[in-house]
Amino acid sequence: MLEKLTNAFGVSGAENDVREIIKNEMSKICDTVETDSMGNLICFKKGSRGYHNSIMLTSHMDEVGFIVNGITKEGYLRFKTVGGIDARVIISKRVIVGRNRISGVIGAKPTHLQDGKGGNATKVKDLLIDIGANDENDAKTKVKIGDYICFDSEYMEFGNNLIKAKALDDRIGCNILMQLAKERYANDVYYVFTVQEEVGCRGATIVAYSVKPDIAIVVEGTTCSDVPLTDDHSFSTKLRGGAALSILDSGSYSDKDLVQTLYNTAKNNNINVQYKQTTLGGNDASSIHLSREGIRTAVISVPCRYIHSPSSVACKDDINSCYNILNKFLKEAEGEVWNS
Amino acid sequence: MELLKKLTNVIAPSGNEKPVRDIIIDEVKQYADAITVDTLGNLIVRKKGNGKKIMLSSHMDEVGIIATVIDDKGFIRFSNIGAVNKKALQYSKVKFANDIVGIVVDEPIESTDKSTNFNKMYVDTICDCKVNSLNTISIGDIATFAPNFDISGDLISSKALDNRAGCYVLIETLKAISKTENDLYFVFTVQEELGLRGAKTSTFTLQPDYAIVVDTTPCDDVPSGGKSSLKLGNGPAIKIKDGSIMCHPFIKNLLLNKAESLKIKPQYEVLDKGNTDAGAIHTTGVGVITGAISIPLRYNHTACEMASKTDIENSIKILTKVCEDLLV
Repeated sequence: MLEKLTNAFGVSGAENDVREIIKNEMSKICDTVETDSMGNLICFKKGSRGYHNSIMLTSHMDEVGFIVNGITKEGYLRFKTVGGIDARVIISKRVIVGRNRISGVIGAKPTHLQDGKGGNATKVKDLLIDIGANDENDAKTKVKIGDYICFDSEYMEFGNNLIKAKALDDRIGCNILMQLAKERYANDVYYVFTVQEEVGCRGATIVAYSVKPDIAIVVEGTTCSDVPLTDDHSFSTKLRGGAALSILDSGSYSDKDLVQTLYNTAKNNNINVQYKQTTLGGNDASSIHLSREGIRTAVISVPCRYIHSPSSVACKDDINSCYNILNKFLKEAEGEVWNS
Repeated sequence: MELLKKLTNVIAPSGNEKPVRDIIIDEVKQYADAITVDTLGNLIVRKKGNGKKIMLSSHMDEVGIIATVIDDKGFIRFSNIGAVNKKALQYSKVKFANDIVGIVVDEPIESTDKSTNFNKMYVDTICDCKVNSLNTISIGDIATFAPNFDISGDLISSKALDNRAGCYVLIETLKAISKTENDLYFVFTVQEELGLRGAKTSTFTLQPDYAIVVDTTPCDDVPSGGKSSLKLGNGPAIKIKDGSIMCHPFIKNLLLNKAESLKIKPQYEVLDKGNTDAGAIHTTGVGVITGAISIPLRYNHTACEMASKTDIENSIKILTKVCEDLLV
């Protein structure tokens, strides 16, 4: 399933393909499945013990990508980024363009023709996409301005229990929610798949308002900087360290009781867990916790190296850790009263 | 000013406002008709009336730091909570919530044109238990500048005057009100320094008719100061605008009229940058008629913020008058 999800095309604003895959599965196992005005998928599964709390789990369906904003007379595509992408990782990468799923390659000026100012990082505006068109007119028969562009990168398993794919942020979370939804827990659970997280947590804003949960847990793919040339204390998370709980990031200060409960759940069940060690970055929690009168919110993430690139890398053990913590939490949350 | 000293001496950065909230609850309980604490931790103190719903708000939180990594020698790496002044942090004493005191040190940097980053700084704790530091400070623990309240004549210097001075003004206003027909809500908000967060949810809950925010504002009446015309001790500042709000003329005039009737000469605050809770409040729900009164402050977000006692006292007088007169 994770393979199918990560291979799907789902740049922010064009989550349809991803949503269809998830909807197909969730329709079979949830009590109700709805799509709202922005495209968020809201799946509800009633609690087995009547009402205690409603718990909302969210993952975002969208991934970072690009959008076509011009076609040159030679038939190259000009483009802009959708979401945060480091221009250095995209040169010479394969992409898929538009509804017709045209193949293309991101091209840069050859090194020996660049103006000698070594050290200047490439900028997106200096890059063009080559779709093999003869000229402008040929290109226009295949691509329109406003077409979305997605990395072309296939799911692959390698090394010691690792996977490589595009869009691990946050199909990894979507997949965990789909696994959890197979169970029926004591509390009412909303499994929510949001849109447009990468462009400002927009889907989550309206979904938190409409669902009104007692507590919310955001399930994410997060940065993992345990790579050479990084100071130990600058690691945000470590691969194989287990799921990462956020204490504070630039979007939200996680609810302390909820984070502590999740941490204890992991420790009591001998599940690997770590705290995220940096406070940068934000996610859907930023808009959820400020919805209405405020919602107790926590964030649990699977570490992903080289995030927002065509080749993100995650470890299956960390994915399992994240699933196991949430599964145990939902089973044990039966007696807890979260709504104050 | 003993209460202000008490308020500034607690360690309560954004997201960790409980210590200051507890002091405030203790101070206001005999003056309040109802006290609630909401999901994010905002403290809402109501003084009932049949008139319009007026929200008076001050944020409880202060800037600080949060431990992210403790290395095997006990040195603590940290991130900032809010826009703490980096220069002021270097070689300052900080105090953790469990009373451990540490010194912030920055690693030497090779190039002088680079400014120090938080990830190049660390805290060296000075407690006896240093060898056990691994057990005493853990990831997620928070600290602020060490308490250091001083008062002499009209001037006060301390950490966290932003915005315990505002909290002090609200508490003393509540105490001073003799009688009112307005429906008053004194709201002590959380996480202002992280982006006006508590103000957003508490305003959603209350949906007030009017809101007046009390916060501090930088004044530049110092050598090489900026362009702001505000002067310390020259009166409370009625906010005209900042980076987050154009204040409603109704509140601006209301504050001005009350000040004039009390023969207090206010200043005006016109800021390009910087936000206050007023920004979040006025755009919540169907919108709220909002304004603000600001206490002039030198050296904000450092260990030695400086304010004037008269400015604070005059703010209390103006707000008390606002609360007592029926607002329609």
